[in-house]
Amino acid sequence: MIDTDLSAWVVIPVSLLLVLGGLVTLIGSLGLLRLPDFFARVHGPSMGNTVGTGSVLIASMLTSSALAGRPVVHELLITLFIVMSSPVTSMMLMRAALYRNKVREEKQQAARAANAG
Amino acid sequence: MSVVFSSAVWFAQTCFALAMVLAAVRLIRGPAAQDRVLAFDTLYINGMLTLLMLGIRSSSTAYFDMALLIALFGFVGTIALAKFLLRGEVIEP
Amino acid sequence: MRVPPLLTLVLVAIWLLLNNTIAPRDILLGLLIAVLLMLAAAQMRPVQPRLRQLWVAIPFTFVVLWDILKSNWNVARIVLGIVKDRRVVSGFIDIPLDLRDPHGLAILAAIITSTPGTAWAGLSEDGSVLKLHVLDLRDEEEWIRMIKQRYEQPLMRIFG
Repeated sequence: MIDTDLSAWVVIPVSLLLVLGGLVTLIGSLGLLRLPDFFARVHGPSMGNTVGTGSVLIASMLTSSALAGRPVVHELLITLFIVMSSPVTSMMLMRAALYRNKVREEKQQAARAANAG
Repeated sequence: MSVVFSSAVWFAQTCFALAMVLAAVRLIRGPAAQDRVLAFDTLYINGMLTLLMLGIRSSSTAYFDMALLIALFGFVGTIALAKFLLRGEVIEP
Repeated sequence: MRVPPLLTLVLVAIWLLLNNTIAPRDILLGLLIAVLLMLAAAQMRPVQPRLRQLWVAIPFTFVVLWDILKSNWNVARIVLGIVKDRRVVSGFIDIPLDLRDPHGLAILAAIITSTPGTAWAGLSEDGSVLKLHVLDLRDEEEWIRMIKQRYEQPLMRIFG
């Protein structure tokens, strides 16, 4: 555990950011569990991907800069990567879900037509 | 001051662990394959955040590289799974 | 073969962040790697963006960040079930689009998907109609006006 060499100017914003990030990510994952269908569930994790990751990474940057005594900003790389990758992921999943629903409906219609005829 | 800091870190870690549990429940339960892939995506992002919290706790930068690797490989894995769901194969001829 | 300057600078910045240093030696090495990578990638990515009014991007970034925070709050309320007085209905909407530049469209897609509450669900074949999934679909006209004014107008000014 970190000892007491962090000043209040660092501890208070870092603690607030950590609490915010934890809560937002938890609510996002709760949304993944609670929301009714897949298209609604897509919106849950995107909360954790934006505000959750962002605030934890800013907190991490603040603490490591304060401990090292110089700006340490290489967490920006993870931020950049998450910002670029998470929309691509959810767009691909969205398209896959739409495509699979369409295929399933077509199969059901074909089965119904076969039963009727 | 260190009490405030350590309890904030503890709180955030508990939140991420709970979020991982919730995502795992959706991963097991999820009616369709796309629900499972979405839950997997959430699971690895939360795992990455937990690693970053460990990094803040132990004030070491070794966890940063692991978090970066998890983000990279998780993204590639999810994209491959989504592509498979979309077309039935990952790399098309 | 020309090397796009902005992308090269971004690659150098990524190299420096990865090594967590700003020593001149690393800057030189990063520049060398970035230029080599750009020469290799120039054949694979022939379309270059035409940036018109780049300064619009600065206020636009803050608008997007603020919208992300605000919509996080809205989605959190829906997930926790604090929206009492009405039922939350989600659904798809179609938005007619005037933006044609592929880079602008990519950025629009990233913004819309990053904002909780809205998700990109596809573009029609000719690229004129955008399909969007909205979690809290109360007023369809309001959403269409919001997307067109807040996001599409600045992107059209940036990417011409």
